[in-house]
This record gives sequence, structure tokens and C-alpha cells, in this order.
Amino acid sequence: MPEVLKAPLVVEFPFTRSLGPVQSAFLTGLREGVVLGVKAADGRVLVPPVEYDPVTAEEIRDLVEVAPTGTVTTWAWNHEPRRGQPLGTPFAWVLVRLDGAGTALLHALDAPGPDAVRTGMRVRIRWAQERTGAITDIACFEPYDGEAVQPAGHSGEFTDPVTGIVTPARLDYTYAPGRAQSDYIHALSGRRTVGERCPSCRKVYVPPRGACPTCGVATVEHVEVGPRGTVTTFCIVNIKAKNLDIEVPYVYAHIALDGADLALHARIGGIPYDQVRMGLRVEPVWTEDARYPDHYRPSGEPDADYETYKELL
Amino acid sequence: MTSEEARSGRDIAVVAFAQTDHRRSTEESSEVEMLMPVLHEVLAQTGLRTADIGFTCSGSSDYLAGRAFSFTMALDGVGAWPPVSESHVEMDGAWALYEAWTKLLTGDADTALVYSYGKSSPGSVRDVLTRQLDPYYVAPLWPDSVALAALQAQALMDAGHTDEPALAAVGARSRADAAANPHAQLTGRVPQGDYVVRPLRTGDCPPVGDGAAAVILAAGQRARELCARPAWIRGIDHRIEAHGLGVRDLTDSPSTRLAAEKAGAFERPVDTAELHAPFSAQEVVLRRALRLGDDVCVNPSGGALAANPVMAAGLVRIGEAAARIHRGACDRALAHATSGPCLQQNLVAVLEGDPR
Repeated sequence: MPEVLKAPLVVEFPFTRSLGPVQSAFLTGLREGVVLGVKAADGRVLVPPVEYDPVTAEEIRDLVEVAPTGTVTTWAWNHEPRRGQPLGTPFAWVLVRLDGAGTALLHALDAPGPDAVRTGMRVRIRWAQERTGAITDIACFEPYDGEAVQPAGHSGEFTDPVTGIVTPARLDYTYAPGRAQSDYIHALSGRRTVGERCPSCRKVYVPPRGACPTCGVATVEHVEVGPRGTVTTFCIVNIKAKNLDIEVPYVYAHIALDGADLALHARIGGIPYDQVRMGLRVEPVWTEDARYPDHYRPSGEPDADYETYKELL
Repeated sequence: MTSEEARSGRDIAVVAFAQTDHRRSTEESSEVEMLMPVLHEVLAQTGLRTADIGFTCSGSSDYLAGRAFSFTMALDGVGAWPPVSESHVEMDGAWALYEAWTKLLTGDADTALVYSYGKSSPGSVRDVLTRQLDPYYVAPLWPDSVALAALQAQALMDAGHTDEPALAAVGARSRADAAANPHAQLTGRVPQGDYVVRPLRTGDCPPVGDGAAAVILAAGQRARELCARPAWIRGIDHRIEAHGLGVRDLTDSPSTRLAAEKAGAFERPVDTAELHAPFSAQEVVLRRALRLGDDVCVNPSGGALAANPVMAAGLVRIGEAAARIHRGACDRALAHATSGPCLQQNLVAVLEGDPR
């Protein structure tokens, strides 16, 4: 069995989210150094506040300022902070019930060690130096043994409220394509296109994914196809994709390689875009050190008869 | 709800169950390559072919392995052409089973194939699971799944419901029982280890791994034809709690208790319970919520502390409970599945075999 192919894969999105009125007031408040809760139907003040009552599902809008001081309701010592977490040095995860609140807020507590943390300990907010209207405007909590700070009774109205947040998310993976696709990629590195035949219906899948979607059985028999093929259908791309060094317009096509029962897709080059047509015969063009064909170009053969590829559309 | 309350009153049973060996990595296989043998095995147990199945439902999450639309490629393993009646939930397969159960109740189908799979090995599941959290107030802090479970464990200790030795005993018992389960990933004596996030140690946490599971459901007489001793689903229900961690009492699981009540779990004692408790402290919470006495055999399979293929581990609980009924080792079982942080959402099924 050939080596297992692997490659790093990063999935990254900057999620842009709009805020409801309660979320907007809470996050704007954090920017201004004010903590707001919302009064629930049962009279509890929820911090962090939500748009709808967690018990009755009623819309709730009654904002109440609470103190930046509070009490730890549970904790967990994190000796190895992970990427994106509030502190880069060992810290305690804490749920903190702020003075005046009926529920607890999740955040980090900066403490010298687990022996310095206990449930019931008093803490206060350490504000971030630069605040934008996000939960990270609270840098963390810190131990506090002073008096409870009295909230000033803020109305929850702000002149320049935050209406949205951008939260970047990134996850790192090691992608391994599995047995069938690894075999396919290994063969491509030798400039051969190898599909797999279903033992039941005999169809040849290119690229193979390891299973016949019609029969639900493993495909195992390797079948070399191509290198030439037929354009079964195509589209003309007029919008330039980010980071893509191809001049528009260009043609992207489905190509049924000779011997394959499934069309793969690739770019067509070597012919003006408006002359590409169904039935055009094409061949792969390889560039130096490439692991797959850069594009396909006309092979010079006469066009294929519609009857020969109509089942592959 | 219990099946007596259901409109059509059809009796529906789990008639077959299969699972992979759960392993730290299955990098040599794609998801469909990992799943397909399990699908073939569960079908072979009943002699059914894909074309005989009335409804297919699956559970998985693309975030685990970072593969967009992986569930559509997994469907290749079913043989979905010509088009089959099919659905998918971005949840544990236990919830796919719930959907299939309701489909059979309507009378639209007599048999259902339910499967789920998870490949945690390509990514870091502790971090991946942060993406299911409240995106405004919680996810930006990246609290990983072990950290949240540790907050729950500490709350449980503060309340006097458990302590570190008791938690270690949960893990030790699970892995000792798992020695008899050839599919389990972590078995036998495993060191309790260092803190991962205090108070949880390595031994309190589930192994990270890949795996898949499948069951077949059948209604009424069809179930009796396909299985010598069907595991009848007497009731099944799922309930969810508030998403705000600080709104909930983490030492209790009212959603589990309510789901169990609605599923009829308290009507008569069960002899076996398969609980989906990925962290040791969560078993303590669930035992209390379900009022399980010491006479109930809890997690004879070893549970999620012995194998935790995310998105399949809940379905495995139902399958393990059913398999014990199939082979006559159990007459009435409770199966539980969980989803979300700190037991946020819970499903309970009550399974029974015909009197022996």
C-alpha cells in the first residue's frame, strides 16, 4: 500500500454577525466600560443578556446595569492556554455572577495558580486597553477583595451603538483523502489518470471516491482512462476569482475522458473561449512539476458524435 | 413521547446494529471508506438490501474533519441512486434515529437505515467543538470542550456530589468493562494521568478517535421477520436547555430527566443503561437525573470513556442497548445520547425485548 497522503488544511472565516438590540447594548456597554444585563420574566437579571427569555421565549428588552465586580460560581484551571483563549499564560476558566446579576458569565480569571482560586471568591473585571464592542473587551477577571462596586444605573442608550461584530474563526486540519483518492493522486503524479470500476455495475469513476454511488459497494479495480476526452458541457467564466492568475473570460468544462463513465471538470485553453463547443475533443496540458493537468486543449480530432457522450452529460 | 401516545401506535424496533472498531486515526480511509463496511454489515444482519430500505437518515458534522458536504459523499456508501428517501441531521446519529422513528410512525416506511460517523483525527476536536457555542459571547473566547466539562465537574464537586477519586473510579470501571468490547478504543487499566483542565484528568476525558455506527429500524411484523428478538422502542424523547452556560444548573440535567419521563423510563425499572457521558463527571450528573440505582448495569460497553466517535457515540449507546436485548442479556434498557456543551441537549430511549 502506498504511503498515506496528507496535507495541511486551514479553514478560516471572518464571520460577520449583526446584533439584536440587547446584544448591541451589552457589547456597546463593554466598549464604554459598563456592564448591562436584561431582566427576565422571572425577575432574574441575565448577564450576559439575551434577546429572548430562556424560559418563556418572550422578547425581553429591560436593560439593567450591573457591577463590574462579582463572585466565582465555578472554575477550572487551564495550565496550557490554547490559541484564541483570553490569556496566553495559565489561567482559570470561571463562571462569574456579577453583583446585581442572577446568572453567570463565562470568562478567564488571571490568578497566580490553582491554589489562589476557589468557588465563592470575589473578582472584578480587568478591561482591555483597546475596546471595540466585543466580549473580549473584558480582558479577563482578576481577584478583588474590596467593596462591591455600585452600578450607576445606566439607561442602556448609547449615541454610537455597535451594530455588528466580526469574529474570525480558524481551524487547522491535516487532510488525508483516503485510499481511493490517494491512489488517484499517486497515479496523477506519473501523469496517468486512473479511475476505479464498480464490481457490480461496471461503471468507471474518475476521480474515484472509493464507493459506487449507484450500488453502494467499494470500487477496487484500477482502470487507466484518457488521456484524451470529450467536452460534454461547459460554461464561460467572466468573473475573476481572488488569487487566481487566469485571464477572463475562460471556459470551464465537463470532460468525459475516454473510458470513463463520469465526467471530470477542468479549464479549457488553447482555443478562443467562444469557439469551445460540446463534443470538442481535448487532451491534457501538463506543466513542469505539476501534480495534475494545468488545463485541457483541443486535440485536433474531429468532434465527437453526440450519441457517444449523451449518457455522460 | 411513548409509542402509546403516537398516533398510529405502530411498534418500532431496532433490529440490527453494527459499528467500526473505534481508533485514534483512520487516515488511510475517507469517511465513506470507513463507513461502508458498517453499512454492509448492518444490512447483512437482516438480509436487506439498500433497495429494500424505506427511509435512510444519517448524522455527522463537516467541521470534524473539515470536509464540506462530506455527508453527501458518505451517501455513496449507501447506493443512493436511483434516489432514495433520505435525510441528514448535523447532530449525533441518535437524533437521526429519532427522525427515522417518527418517519416509521407515520406509516410512510416500514424499515429505516440510520447511520452516523465522525472523524476527529484530522482536526483538534477540543477546538472544533468551540464553534458550536454562542458566537457572540462565548465562541470568541475559544473555551474548549474539556474546559467546559471541567467547569461542570468542579461545580459538581463544590455541591458535594462527587470527588476526584469517585471520578477516577468511573473511568476505571468504564475501561475495565470495555475490555469485553472488541470495538472499544481505550480498554483495561489506563493511568488516571495529569490534569488536562483541572479538575479533569486524562482518565476523566474520552479518547479522541474515529468511528461509525449503523442501525436498522423496522415496524411491527417486519421487525419480527428481521430479528429473532427485536429491541422495541417503547418511548423516545429529546429535550434541550438554555444555551447560556451561566443560566443553567450544571450539577443537574433537567432536560435528561424530562426526556426520560416523556419516554416512559420511570414507569418500570430498567436493568441496563447506556449513558452517553463523554466526561466522567457527566455520568454522575446523569445517574442522579435518571435516578439509576446500583442494581442497574451502567455502560457495560464501556461507554464514551472507552470510545467516543463524535456524532456516532450517542447512536452507539442505542445500538449497544439494543444488541444486549437482541442476544437476551437484557430485557429493558435505557439508552441516552447527548449533544452540546455540559449535557446541553439530551435524548432518552427506552428499549424492551419480548418476554422470555
